[in-house]
Amino acid sequence: MEFDPVLISRLQFAFVVSFHAIFPVFTIGLASYIALLEGLHFKTGNPLWAQLSRFWTKVFAVAFGMGVVSGIVMSFQFGTNWSNFAQASANFLGPILSYEVVTAFFLEAAFLGVLLFGRDKVPRGTHLFAACMVALGTFVSAFWILVANSWMHTPAGAEFRDGILHVTSWTEAIFNPSFPYRFTHMAVASFLTGSFVVAGVSAWYLLKGHRVEANKKALSMCLWMILFLAPAQAVIGDFHGLNTLEYQPTKLAAMEGNWETQSNVPLLLFALPSKEAQGNLFEVGIPSLASIILTHHADGVVPGINEASPAEQPPVSIVFWSFRAMVGIGFLMIAIGLWGLVLRMRRQLYEPGLFHRTLPFMIAAPFIAVVAGWVTTESGRAPWLVYGMLSFAEGVTPSLSGWMAVVSLIGYMAVYAVVYAAGGYYLWQVVKGGMDGSEPGSDEAGAHPKRPLSGGGPIGDAAPAAPLKGDWT
Amino acid sequence: MIDFTMIWAAIIAFGVIMYVLMDGFDLGVGILYPLAPDEESRDIMMNTVAPFWDGNETWLVLGGAGLLGAFPLVYSVLLPALYLGVFLLLAGLIFRGVAFEFRFKASRERKHFWSVAFAGGSAVAALAQGIVVGSYIQGYQTENMVYTGGAFDWLTPFTLLTGVGLLIGYALLGSTWIIMKTEGPVQEWAYRIAPKLLAGVLGIFLIISFWTPLVDEFVRQRWMDTLSLIWLLPAGALGCAYLVMRAIRRRDEGIPFVATMGLFVFTYLGLLASKWPYVVPPDYTLYDAASAPESQAFLLVGVLFVIPVVLAYTAWTYWVFRGKVRAGEGYH
Repeated sequence: MEFDPVLISRLQFAFVVSFHAIFPVFTIGLASYIALLEGLHFKTGNPLWAQLSRFWTKVFAVAFGMGVVSGIVMSFQFGTNWSNFAQASANFLGPILSYEVVTAFFLEAAFLGVLLFGRDKVPRGTHLFAACMVALGTFVSAFWILVANSWMHTPAGAEFRDGILHVTSWTEAIFNPSFPYRFTHMAVASFLTGSFVVAGVSAWYLLKGHRVEANKKALSMCLWMILFLAPAQAVIGDFHGLNTLEYQPTKLAAMEGNWETQSNVPLLLFALPSKEAQGNLFEVGIPSLASIILTHHADGVVPGINEASPAEQPPVSIVFWSFRAMVGIGFLMIAIGLWGLVLRMRRQLYEPGLFHRTLPFMIAAPFIAVVAGWVTTESGRAPWLVYGMLSFAEGVTPSLSGWMAVVSLIGYMAVYAVVYAAGGYYLWQVVKGGMDGSEPGSDEAGAHPKRPLSGGGPIGDAAPAAPLKGDWT
Repeated sequence: MIDFTMIWAAIIAFGVIMYVLMDGFDLGVGILYPLAPDEESRDIMMNTVAPFWDGNETWLVLGGAGLLGAFPLVYSVLLPALYLGVFLLLAGLIFRGVAFEFRFKASRERKHFWSVAFAGGSAVAALAQGIVVGSYIQGYQTENMVYTGGAFDWLTPFTLLTGVGLLIGYALLGSTWIIMKTEGPVQEWAYRIAPKLLAGVLGIFLIISFWTPLVDEFVRQRWMDTLSLIWLLPAGALGCAYLVMRAIRRRDEGIPFVATMGLFVFTYLGLLASKWPYVVPPDYTLYDAASAPESQAFLLVGVLFVIPVVLAYTAWTYWVFRGKVRAGEGYH
């Protein structure tokens, strides 16, 4: 049995990055929501805001911790599996990725502890400030990561000299052509993710009749968010698509399933793309719609996949279907927002019913959409690591054999299975425990070392204990 | 012209020793875990490191990120060379980190599972780090700045010995930490076990010292050339070992830990001095491995800003959680 180290390494990266990305995308949105709740509490003094903030901070702590754990694995992937790429692109990607780490740690060191354990112990203004800084910090972290990723898609401000990349302009490289679109798309995705999780949990609590007043407020806020952001995301996605058309035409052609450069390209709803046939075995589409969307003319010309030689074509089926999964969920989100609006106008938003029973199931939707979106853009870059500059085969670790890559892939899967099962179970315990649980670091919870995961507070049979000497007083 | 490469060498060297000293004692506590007299002692041991461990691991990630930014060659040769070892290290660190959280939250029968994960993860991570040190002394087979050796070149009798050496060294650091942070039966037990660990460390230290020149020609040359100066470092290490022993006999509480840290620092400096200026032995020096000056400068701005913050935060955490940890106290 021969394994291809390049393929297995790509699978491994896809695996660890998918399991990593779902946490930041959630915590970025949630951090902003917590900051908003803190701000409302600070301004109005209404204890309901504090109650919500208290609960969601617990969830945030666990999700943030799991994001950090999986992030550590990510930071080693470049060196273990893509060492030639790491070496060749280090002059740019090294500092950029390091800045992400530096930002994340700065944030954790300076403000996270105050947010998680400082409530009732530091002045309210200080706590609000910490919440805002954590929210800002998550965005700065995302900024650096998306700079690195965007640059791999649309490299700029750098040139290869003797196989090593040298930065010619930091601003051009950092603000590369696809960065603004990608960053906005991701930021809105994280707000949507946070909104759907909070809406789902709030709806579930309302069905249970738990803390009704606070959860009504939360549900209402999230549905306003979804109503405006879900359509906005479609528009941003459209702009991002036009940017991809300009810089990565082959990827866009694969997303559309369009093999030949032609006019009046249909928007395919369903197709079976085949690389062997260099065409679709079967397709159902809306005539000319893809041309209209991409060029604003029914007879506009859209480039085809076969502009690139078969060796330089991405895996068309994967790009085509993951893109449809993402877009499909996007429309589902718009529908949820409208459904909420209709109920609101009928003054039935808070009445337990089908809508409230649907929302908890929608918690998974944004996560699936995010992973599908990443799969679309990343596999659409194939066979390039750095678009048009460095291929997978050139970037992979030369000494890596197929079996080593397989062993480590199975190993990471096993480790993640245990860790994430435990983490998921624990998150479920936090939600199931309801909103009356004690605050981490408050007196009844005992004194806590201030660490992200512990922010979830005690569960199960953990006995309260006396405060430690010198704890946050 | 500022020599950014030198500045970065200093930063990374500092980051590595910070990591070894700080994560060393909490890994050590994990390694000693199965040997502890009873469950109550284990809870107390956990509580002594609970506030600190993830802050300690910060230095590993900062070091890794700094390497990619400032010395990419180290990153792109060592990680492929140690491929499977790196996986073990990460798996160990993840398991113990998660075990920390879940052990206190688990029911009685699951608690045992997380205890095993904590001890096993700590031991595997420590062993893997010791193997990295050994492989560094051995050197790496490279061609044109690319690793060309095999999948198991890092696994030799010599690297296994350095692995076990660091494992016992961390256990010693852990035991002296326990002496400093506890009282009563746990402390008594730590006082009993520390001299045995110290003897183990010294034994391996001696074997490695005789073996290293046989493994590596360059080190042999270096030791013979600069005889007078470089031998101060192992002498300092032995001096620290004597201080540890004396302090344990005199029932001092803080000095054993401080002197053990000294032992580590001298050994570390000895290693650096033996290999200087090679960072990817035997072929590449600091300057060969460095990234472009403009990249080093760009990253330096952020790192110089963040290191004082991390140091201040670390110091403050240790200050807040100072003093003895007693049974049934604190963390759950």
